[in-house]
Amino acid sequence: MLNITWFILWGLLWAVYFMLDGFDLGLGALMPLYAKNDTEKRMIFNAMGPFWDGNEVWLITAGGVTFAAFPKTYAVMFSTLYTPLLMILFALILRGVAFEFRSKIENPGWRKIWDWCLIVGSFFPALLFGVAFANIFKGIPFDVQGMFHGNLFTLLNPYGLAGGLFFLFFFFMHGALWASVKTTGMPAERAKNAASKLWIIVLILAVIFLIYSKFATSLYNNYMAHPIMFIIPLIAVIALIMVRIFISKSDWWKAWFASCVTIVAVTYFGLGGIFPNLYPSSLDPAASLNIYNSASTQGTLKIMFVVVLLCIPFVIAYQTWHYITLRHPVNEDIIHDDEAY
Amino acid sequence: MDVLTLSRLQFAVATYFHFLFVPLTLGLSLLVAIMETMYVKTGDEEYKRITKFWGKLFLINFAIGIVTGITLEFQFGTNWSRYSVFMGDIFGSLLAIEATLAFFMESTFIAVWVFGWERLSKKMHAAAIWIVFIGSNISAFWILTANAWMQHPVGYSLNNGRAELASFLDVITNPYAFLKFFHQLPAAYTVGGFFVMGISAWHILRKSNVDFFKKSFRLAAAFTFIFAVVVVITGHLSGEEVAKYQPAKLAAMESLWNTEKPAGMSLLVIPDPANERNSVELLKIPKLLSLISHFSTTAEVKGLKAFPKDERPPVTPVFFAFRIMVGIGFLMILLAFFAWRWQDKIENYPKFMKILIWAIPLPYLAIELGWTVAEVGRQPWIVYGLMKTSHAVSTAINTPQVATSLIAFTLVYTLLGIADFYLLFTFARKGPKEN
Repeated sequence: MLNITWFILWGLLWAVYFMLDGFDLGLGALMPLYAKNDTEKRMIFNAMGPFWDGNEVWLITAGGVTFAAFPKTYAVMFSTLYTPLLMILFALILRGVAFEFRSKIENPGWRKIWDWCLIVGSFFPALLFGVAFANIFKGIPFDVQGMFHGNLFTLLNPYGLAGGLFFLFFFFMHGALWASVKTTGMPAERAKNAASKLWIIVLILAVIFLIYSKFATSLYNNYMAHPIMFIIPLIAVIALIMVRIFISKSDWWKAWFASCVTIVAVTYFGLGGIFPNLYPSSLDPAASLNIYNSASTQGTLKIMFVVVLLCIPFVIAYQTWHYITLRHPVNEDIIHDDEAY
Repeated sequence: MDVLTLSRLQFAVATYFHFLFVPLTLGLSLLVAIMETMYVKTGDEEYKRITKFWGKLFLINFAIGIVTGITLEFQFGTNWSRYSVFMGDIFGSLLAIEATLAFFMESTFIAVWVFGWERLSKKMHAAAIWIVFIGSNISAFWILTANAWMQHPVGYSLNNGRAELASFLDVITNPYAFLKFFHQLPAAYTVGGFFVMGISAWHILRKSNVDFFKKSFRLAAAFTFIFAVVVVITGHLSGEEVAKYQPAKLAAMESLWNTEKPAGMSLLVIPDPANERNSVELLKIPKLLSLISHFSTTAEVKGLKAFPKDERPPVTPVFFAFRIMVGIGFLMILLAFFAWRWQDKIENYPKFMKILIWAIPLPYLAIELGWTVAEVGRQPWIVYGLMKTSHAVSTAINTPQVATSLIAFTLVYTLLGIADFYLLFTFARKGPKEN
């Protein structure tokens, strides 16, 4: 039971990570689409400025919790995905620094460097997380010893790329919705415009991904065995439709919330499909790492459960307060603010 | 080079670099919190300017500390997967607690602090930076507890081919962790102290914003002196701990080859590991090593030869790192003492102020050397007595992969370091914004 609880919590951390960092990755990658001059670029930077760091901590915690609750999964996952993970890491490093450094110096060359760090550093994690998770859904070629039989290009298979594009465009849309609520003027107009177009692409990619999953993975086995679980993809579908409805009503905050719900549901849809595995092997079912054979001791799981139960509600409370306190849309005056990025 | 050597080098690059930024985060957050508290208490706008000026430098530094921290967490899985499997049950939970308890707090409240000047009450705003300070210290506690477990494993039992948690209480009350915490944190505070004093001295020497920087200087001087003293005291106590639990490390720190009872200490030593002796050994004070390591004039201190060759740490780097660190420790007390004594008329001591500018790197250097003693001194073990570093490295990765990532880390970190120091210099020289 404790192991199952930890599976759900583990999924929650990834889901919240994608839900939160998803918008600033998607917005960062498409910044040039919404911002045409320096002031507008700074508006975009500042729309994400107070949040990107706290969002990224969900990734650190997801990694830390994988380490704590399922150390063997952590070890095999991180070492077999060495190259893509380090690419994500470098990207996150460069984009993180870009926030702090970019506007400190008034030199167009300097600013251009950091703009590119943000764009590239946002694009690749958005794509690669999708590629990585799609491959996990499908199974990764590793053996009982945890040896990886493949390379970076093994992961760039059609299904992996379908997952990557789905994540990428979902984050694009999620980011466009965020820019719609958090900026004003031209950037907001452009983002609103983009959001409705991106929604159609997301829909198409979602349909492709769902159908492709039927052929490329065994995700649906759990759903066939327990049809009640279909409620998860159903929530995803309804929430995605709600995004469109709210967009057409120009109710941007609600559209963003609906997009959040979709991301959480999509994450759980995939994880629900691999349960009780955490990191399935495509070579040998005996090598697959699941919530039992890769778990920490019951003692550690209990202690960690208490820690999480005590801390996470507080984290959610103060992060919510933080979002509410700094929810105001950013306008052009931001560049006169001494603290602004 | 093989995967092991490359992975060790990569870990060294990642850790040393990360630790150029973390100490200032720890030290300067406390000073900035004190500055803002002064502002809230006195209502003096000058303190607000002081808070903002040092706060800006704090943030430039903070960013790199954050992003390079992710590397450290990732690396246990990417490069040290066998280690992660072996002790994830204990070590992993400490990292996860660090993230849930501290990282969320730090990252959220720093943003509240930066963007909340106009949106929060004065008190609430000052509380935000205190929470950042508390968060970063909590983070230090958990990561040092994790590291202490590698130095002196406690509260575990060996089952199913791994170290499993037997007593959580023992793990978090590890005496080794306790001393590390009270050695490392004051060390970090001295980094903040010397940073503020050095930059203030630079401006006072140039007669720019003299009142502003004298105020800053006074906030930092006594602070630095107190913590410089604490560092040396807890450093000494940590040494006693090492003597008890890691005798091979102690022998390397002192370059002591033969077991002595009582053991003396030579002031001038040059190790000669190839011949298992010291090529220079002068000014020997009898019984001194027994006295400082075991607080006894008769205690035996084990020499390196008492340990099998493959269980000795590399002597030369550990020995010199330790000696230089200790030297810097005492020098810092001396400098901080005079800074504190002369804080009200510091402008009358231009030569001393010049020394203080050049003293900014000293505590940084001491801290990096301290890590060298702790980590290189623990070799060949990754977990002292339980697992060797050579058995900890990942099996799923190959040489080209790690070589590429090592080159990439070195390159990216060098560029980031240059950009960061450039910004720090620029903003430190520029001085505070005019009213």
